[in-house]
Amino acid sequence: MIRVVLPHHLRTLAHVGAEVLLDVEGVATQHLVLDALEARYPVLRGTIRDHVTRKRRPFVRFFACLEDVSHEPPDAPLPDAVASGAEPFYVIGAIAGG
Amino acid sequence: MSEVRVLVGTRKGAFVLTSDGNRRRWDINGPFFAGWEIYHIKGSKVDPNRIYASQCSGWFGQQIQRSNDGGKTWEPVGNQFVYDGVPGTHMWYDGTPHPWEFKRVWHLEPSLTDPDTVYAGVEDAALFRSTDGGTSWHELAGLRRHGTGSKWQPGAGGMGLHTILLDPSHPDRMFIAISAAGTFRTDDAGKTWRPINRGLHSQYIPDPNAEVGHCVHRIAMHPARPGVLYMQKHWDVMRSDDAGDLWHEVSGNLPTDFGFVIDVHAHEPETIYVVPIKSDSEHFVPDGKLRVYRSRTGGNDWEPLAKGLPERDCYVNVLRDAMAVDSLDSCGVYFGTTGGQVYASADAGDSWTAIVRDFPAVMSVEVQTLP
Repeated sequence: MIRVVLPHHLRTLAHVGAEVLLDVEGVATQHLVLDALEARYPVLRGTIRDHVTRKRRPFVRFFACLEDVSHEPPDAPLPDAVASGAEPFYVIGAIAGG
Repeated sequence: MSEVRVLVGTRKGAFVLTSDGNRRRWDINGPFFAGWEIYHIKGSKVDPNRIYASQCSGWFGQQIQRSNDGGKTWEPVGNQFVYDGVPGTHMWYDGTPHPWEFKRVWHLEPSLTDPDTVYAGVEDAALFRSTDGGTSWHELAGLRRHGTGSKWQPGAGGMGLHTILLDPSHPDRMFIAISAAGTFRTDDAGKTWRPINRGLHSQYIPDPNAEVGHCVHRIAMHPARPGVLYMQKHWDVMRSDDAGDLWHEVSGNLPTDFGFVIDVHAHEPETIYVVPIKSDSEHFVPDGKLRVYRSRTGGNDWEPLAKGLPERDCYVNVLRDAMAVDSLDSCGVYFGTTGGQVYASADAGDSWTAIVRDFPAVMSVEVQTLP
């Protein structure tokens, strides 16, 4: 199981708690994790990445194993610790400053 | 006894305020969608329990929320706004072509006849329609493609389609307004459009006969006289008596004719309201005094309405969608400020009281008069 931690506003939108557990077929990648997330919670479509291009929204970041993986290729395998469920995959609203 | 429901969109959530027809005591419900920007929230005239809200965030994009019980509970519906075909380009701030990109929904206008049909005015400027209660959205692309779309340019606040007026006597006629492109009309239910900006003059446009490029802030009509339109332009309050074919200025004795809102009394089509704002550089009321101005002559002759409003040290703005009227016998007028106050008048503007004083900045106010 993949563990996904969502930011506050997406938790309230999807009516979920701090962590979401997802089954992902094959090698876990950003795209596959988000595909599984959006399939389970359709309300999240368009909130993390564009509906059509599937590009990450500008002020959303992905973290895994204490690293910012936002700029990693979306089809690249996520770290083993995320794939095994030992570590969560974090979706984070970027710090806006101010 | 009748009931009044005031729908308030703010920078940090939506609120529903209700009162009986006396409009003295108010129940405050909310915030709904706490922390999200609510650009607009509006109910259906044919089914007042059906309400739509535009919920958005710089981080997480657009949501459309729908209520079927008068705003008590909500469900997210469709949030996919895709421009029809190849979107093409409009003009960027520096005059270069810039691709159309969806940013947010500024305004939701429920159909006058079908609660499942609703129009959305979006940024970058385009008009969308849903016929399934907001689940799916399709662009009425004739607006962007009628010929001037490539010349449209954003104002400082973005290139939003912010006003949608449905003509109750001509079901196929609709008016929309865009900052900073101008006003447009369709007479065939959105298939074809034409600019209706003759008579508008804008200092920053060298061509005095420019067909588009005017920064229209808001237009309003009375449903009993849909051929008469009122406009608060960037500067100038304007009026048209021929469905927008020609406009003339009715700023008259206003202390400043810059502003955002304009609205019409529910029972008197020649009684209109504006809130003058100091200037395009200083977006707050003049002299530290919050005053609504009312004309009972369809413009030109204006009277300040100040009873109950701040007389000093007030520096708020009133945004374009933040004024509305109820339809009780003594017309109620409501507006919200960027300082978080929502003011109500139960006597057509003669006197005002604050329903709330400490909301987040108010972006929109709509009113439902319930039996």
